[in-house]
Amino acid sequence: MNNSARKVDEKEFRRVSRRELLKLMPVLALGAFAIPKWQEDLLKKGLHFNDQASAGLFRPGHLATTFDAADLTPPPKFPINGYDVDDPGVDLENWTLTVSGAVKKPGEYRLSQVLALPRVRQNTRHICVEGWDVIGRFGGARLSDFLQLVGADPRARFITVNCADDYYESLDMATALHPQTLLCYEMYEQPLTRQHGAPLRLQIPTKIGYKQAKYLTELKVTHVLDRVGYWEDQGYAWFYGL
Amino acid sequence: MGSSVIEIIPAQGKDKGKEGEEAKAPVVVARAVYEHPYVVRLCHWINAVALFVMVGSGLQIFRAFPSFGAKIPQKDLLHWPKAFAIGGWLGGALQWHLTFMWIYIATGVLYLGYQLFSGNYWQVLFVPRDIPGVWPMVKHYFFFGPKPPVREAYNPLQKHAYTTAIGLGVLSVLTGLAVWKPIQFSWLAWLMGGFHYARIWHFAVMSAILFFVLGHLVMVVLHGWNNFVSMLTGWKKDPGYFVPGDVAPEAEEDQGEHGPSGRPEVVP
Repeated sequence: MNNSARKVDEKEFRRVSRRELLKLMPVLALGAFAIPKWQEDLLKKGLHFNDQASAGLFRPGHLATTFDAADLTPPPKFPINGYDVDDPGVDLENWTLTVSGAVKKPGEYRLSQVLALPRVRQNTRHICVEGWDVIGRFGGARLSDFLQLVGADPRARFITVNCADDYYESLDMATALHPQTLLCYEMYEQPLTRQHGAPLRLQIPTKIGYKQAKYLTELKVTHVLDRVGYWEDQGYAWFYGL
Repeated sequence: MGSSVIEIIPAQGKDKGKEGEEAKAPVVVARAVYEHPYVVRLCHWINAVALFVMVGSGLQIFRAFPSFGAKIPQKDLLHWPKAFAIGGWLGGALQWHLTFMWIYIATGVLYLGYQLFSGNYWQVLFVPRDIPGVWPMVKHYFFFGPKPPVREAYNPLQKHAYTTAIGLGVLSVLTGLAVWKPIQFSWLAWLMGGFHYARIWHFAVMSAILFFVLGHLVMVVLHGWNNFVSMLTGWKKDPGYFVPGDVAPEAEEDQGEHGPSGRPEVVP
């Protein structure tokens, strides 16, 4: 108990107050974000940190929630999103997937080879970066099964894909090997429509919508990422795990 | 730790001419209480900036799909003006939002950790014994009732508001995590009814925080200069109450556990 308060004169009180005020200077460091020259770089660093945290939080064995048939969004209400055209006019008869990079068996793969792999059907939520979400029924082969088929080097870090509409995307190996990551060839138990990416698209329930590339034409297994992704190059996050 | 109360005496000249009785008992012209510890002030102002960025960029993100219903057909809830949003476009706003959320969370954790470990949370935490004091404060603020005596740094209504605001801050992070990682934090998303509803909760919590901030700013403008200064320097001049343990001895006798109420005597 201190019954005698410290006595200071007005000058000293002003000095103490000023010192305490100056101790708040670290707050001004946030002003760096307002400086145009630094802003872009700082936000890029922030997004990179965010990506690392996202990758750190990803659990390879943790499954995305699956839903009952009653929860499905009816097919007409499943949005068709493309960055350029709804239908790039893929020649479905002669379509092949060109596989390259760190694989034992590179070359052209036909759709029948993907169809021959065990089929997985799952009702999962598709979330767009804009904020809307739908629940669809997706069917396809596990990407991990396909990677085994082509003899992919499991030590490779990335998968990159190119698409018939010039869209491009990339994926970390951990997500590529996730049991719910599909090379998707059907929706609602029907062959993929042209608008939804026929004949083959990525379906990754653990990732945001723009990672689900459509109209796949090329797949590369790689140690070094030469191209990241179309929307990532515009400034969106790369990992964007859900 | 020094005393949390300062008695301010007139500035003294450098001449030591007078060393009589006056020097031993100087006139106290004001009293000041150290109300806000450094960590609290630091967190308050960093959080003010972070919250501003989070709301502004969040509303820009919301502009990309200003609805809580289906995508097809899309029924927009409101068209938030771009002038009151941060980031310029969806990708830009996400960069701000996903960067500042770490600053927002860090200050929140630092603040809560400090308050808990220092015991300073008693200053702000609304507890059952504050309940009887709420209605008199409401009467004073909104219905021109008499001003209840000031007993401590925060009156019961203030404690209620700040405790609620801190709770909303925690909820903003939890709902945000459910929107950001609805699969890795599936239990959080589940608690909120899934991703779709988590997004709605996140917006609702943001709205409630904005409501608090609006009230907070109004109160600062109306009669908050002293409070505003104390959130900057820590020291509140003429607080209108004594801190228990630092009370002037002659005032101790007739008062209860909270210390005497009313203004301190200007002249001893």
